[in-house]
Amino acid sequence: MTSLDSKTQIVVVGNGMVGHHFVEQLHQSDANVEITVLCGESRLAYDRVYLSSFFSGASADDLALTTPAQYAQWGVSVVTNALVTDIDRDNKKVTTSEGQVFSYDKLVLATGSYPFVPPIPGNEQEHCLVYRTIDDLLAIEASAAVSSVGVVVGGGLLGLEAANALKQAGLDTHVVEFAPQLMAVQLDQAGGKVLKDKIENLGVTVHTQKATQSIEAGNTCRYKMVFADGTELETDMILFSAGIRPSDQLGRKSALKLGERGGIVIDNHCVTSDPNIYAVGECALWDNKIFGLVAPGYTMARTAVSHLTGGDAEFSGADMSTKLKLMGVEVGSIGDAHERTEGALSYTYLNQPEGVYKKLVVDSEQKKVLGAVLVGDTSDYDTLLQYALNAIDLPEHPESLILPSSDAAPALGADALPDTASICSCLNVTKGDIVSAIEGGCCSVADVKGETKASTGCGGCAALLKNVVDSELEKRGVEVSKAICEHFNYTRQELFHIVKVNGIRTFDDLLEQHGEGLGCEICKPAVGSILASVYNDYILKSAHLPLQDTNDIYLGNMQKDGTYSVVPRVPGGEITPEKLILLGEVAKEYNLYTKITGGQRIDLFGARVEHLPDIWEKLVAGGFETGHAYAKALRTVKSCVGSTWCRYGVQDSVGTAIDLENRYKGLRAPHKIKFAVSGCTRECAEAQSKDIGVIATEQGWNLYVCGNGGMKPRHADLFATDLDTETLIKYIDRVLMFYVKTADRLQRTSVWMDNLEGGLAYLQDVVINDALGINDELEAQMDTVVDAYQCEWKTTIEDPEARKRFRQFVNSNAGDTNIQFVSERGQVRPATEAEKVAGKDQFIPVAMV
Amino acid sequence: MSAAPNLLASGQDIQQWHLVCETRDLVKNSGVCALVESRQIAIFCLCVKGETQVFAISNYDPIGKANVLYRGLLGSIGGAPVVASPLYKEHYFLESGLCKEYDDISVTTYPVKVEGEKVFIGI
Repeated sequence: MTSLDSKTQIVVVGNGMVGHHFVEQLHQSDANVEITVLCGESRLAYDRVYLSSFFSGASADDLALTTPAQYAQWGVSVVTNALVTDIDRDNKKVTTSEGQVFSYDKLVLATGSYPFVPPIPGNEQEHCLVYRTIDDLLAIEASAAVSSVGVVVGGGLLGLEAANALKQAGLDTHVVEFAPQLMAVQLDQAGGKVLKDKIENLGVTVHTQKATQSIEAGNTCRYKMVFADGTELETDMILFSAGIRPSDQLGRKSALKLGERGGIVIDNHCVTSDPNIYAVGECALWDNKIFGLVAPGYTMARTAVSHLTGGDAEFSGADMSTKLKLMGVEVGSIGDAHERTEGALSYTYLNQPEGVYKKLVVDSEQKKVLGAVLVGDTSDYDTLLQYALNAIDLPEHPESLILPSSDAAPALGADALPDTASICSCLNVTKGDIVSAIEGGCCSVADVKGETKASTGCGGCAALLKNVVDSELEKRGVEVSKAICEHFNYTRQELFHIVKVNGIRTFDDLLEQHGEGLGCEICKPAVGSILASVYNDYILKSAHLPLQDTNDIYLGNMQKDGTYSVVPRVPGGEITPEKLILLGEVAKEYNLYTKITGGQRIDLFGARVEHLPDIWEKLVAGGFETGHAYAKALRTVKSCVGSTWCRYGVQDSVGTAIDLENRYKGLRAPHKIKFAVSGCTRECAEAQSKDIGVIATEQGWNLYVCGNGGMKPRHADLFATDLDTETLIKYIDRVLMFYVKTADRLQRTSVWMDNLEGGLAYLQDVVINDALGINDELEAQMDTVVDAYQCEWKTTIEDPEARKRFRQFVNSNAGDTNIQFVSERGQVRPATEAEKVAGKDQFIPVAMV
Repeated sequence: MSAAPNLLASGQDIQQWHLVCETRDLVKNSGVCALVESRQIAIFCLCVKGETQVFAISNYDPIGKANVLYRGLLGSIGGAPVVASPLYKEHYFLESGLCKEYDDISVTTYPVKVEGEKVFIGI
């Protein structure tokens, strides 16, 4: 065990998935260290598990696991293109090929592996490639563009993925495998045969038991492969995917202990033969084994972090079970797939017409699962894996676990798993972790993912995670159904669509045609909000009035004693002395408690319902409008004072804030919306914590979206930069209307963004590139809403019938005697129950107006 | 317009019918409040497919401890009409006064009678 003092220098060589995980874990441990990452590639860590998605359109950025900015934020120094060539163990220094020297206290080798290229004469030619890095993919892409036939050497997991890539590139694709079957490590012979049939049906030719002797000039193609059995295969390009070898050159050069067949030897703490050097991932050899999967690499990274920071975690091998989809064929392998355990017995199921093969390997007593092979259908994988990992007793008829689903099959529900069951092995998240996340307030798979990071590695556990989350939520009485409530079997988004497409204008029509019952406090305000978003009618029209929450009906926020708050709009937080005086006069006259809000306006509390129209009559006469503080709508546009006064400001933030507030005021939305505009990069208006944030630049405006303060803070995402004002407004129109159309009820923009498939990039594509072709419609809809704006309070006070609603009693002009105030710090506050019991003499009399 | 029949049949000992307002003072699918013998009574007017029912319950929210129930949203739970408190959203069944969320909490219900345009509450 080692303790860290403030000067401990950690140097990490290599920034693959495991190297990055080590950095992330060490950063999160809050250890007092300085981390330097030396990255041999030009790119920082990216997701190699999803490498093949590069060919289906993913960009290098999509695969990225981190960014220089994130490392900078963590205080991690990172050098790219820094290939370490030497370790000076005595002086604890490393040297790069560029001659840079870095000192370390602890060195971590995460150099990974390299693809093994069999020593075949001719393998060095231009179109003989490997499949490992993004640069490899670029080379493959270039080669495929000038080829029509491609061969992959190696029928393992990566080889088949590479074959898929070639197939997608439109090549006539062949797989050449030395062994008698595909995926010999994971599958048994029968499983390999089914997989071969399926893959050949997809148009890839599979050649097994072929040993390549040489690569020569071709007759019909660029090359010709000559096999040991005398046969030949013409091809334009060759991809080698014949396994990996540990990148252990640094260890070899600096005389660290290596395995006989390579690999830097580590102990259970991932320490090499030099106590100051760790090795993790595919370059490390533990118990004479190299682990070529990401999950054990992550475990090693965590083990090394634990050891560095004084913890006692140990690496004890890893479960090498795998589930994946190769060219659309599902393949799964668990534990002892080859029945190597003594006394092992097996059950098999083969459905040749549909190409499904399943084998279950159990112990001699038929009590526990030892392993399994699944080809063509991996729906049983999660269940079988949990049986195997948690040594759960098998049911009476173990074969029922792999037979096609009949009602008799005992499903291993999420409930049956112990809390120690590992749900996400990449990130080491147990069922217990998920349960405590839910107990801590997570209410959806997305919440749990955010909290625990489960299913953010390989993603293989997504379905199981959903099962556990759904089951736990159901146990707690949370309705997992997407229906908004018992009266409508639709989501908010679906209701919005129905209203819009069918031109429905009232709740009653919607309920009659698409719902049942009378409605409730959930669907009524939601539909009220949808109708307002689509038509922007006066919300107190008699058909809409019963839909509104009490806050919307009385156009104020109800306080705990039944009184209301009065919040006039102060656009951009700019207010004249005359208006300030008016607010003060009204507050004095009606004996209201006054407080400055966080949104740069003034809140007047304690207004009795029967006083509201008179109060607002005076405010409206003085030029105020409703501030919609009671509504799921635009609240405020906060601003700093901007270039007009500030020495640093570069744009008129106040003017823009006022324009934005006046444009979007009255826009009804799934939840409240807050804006801010900052006049320079100092960001005094805190725009990055708002739904819409605007920050001035020398050239124009940077637009940030979907930030949030409050209960669950979220930094806004930078959406577009250096916009002129016209484009800025266009983009905001589109983002807001898209949110209004698609978000769930009471979903803030931050959560909406977190749940938006494709996230920021997708939203940018929709709004900037018009990927859905709806921008004209979004803008037109926003124009309709903007044009239909009316101050609800002005409309209300001008309508004698509407004013009648604002009274406590239908048959009396008396007030509610239960509302009582006492004095505190020179203002009123509601009396407590105890004070009410104690007596009347301390109460402040009701303002007589 | 008819009063909720079950209230009339509930066998409560009605001392006196009080005229509180006219039907046009009621708000469709929403509530008003009447002051009757110092009691605050929330009166709800439920209109479904042309059929109207009137309910009366105490206006005092026993959990929020404020006179606000008439400002709650109307709805139904499994077909039974309810009002949701505007303060903390507990549901009270308009027919029985029972609170859906807490077994030991309820509000007083009052019989309602509508004669022509006139609305009466029995206390």
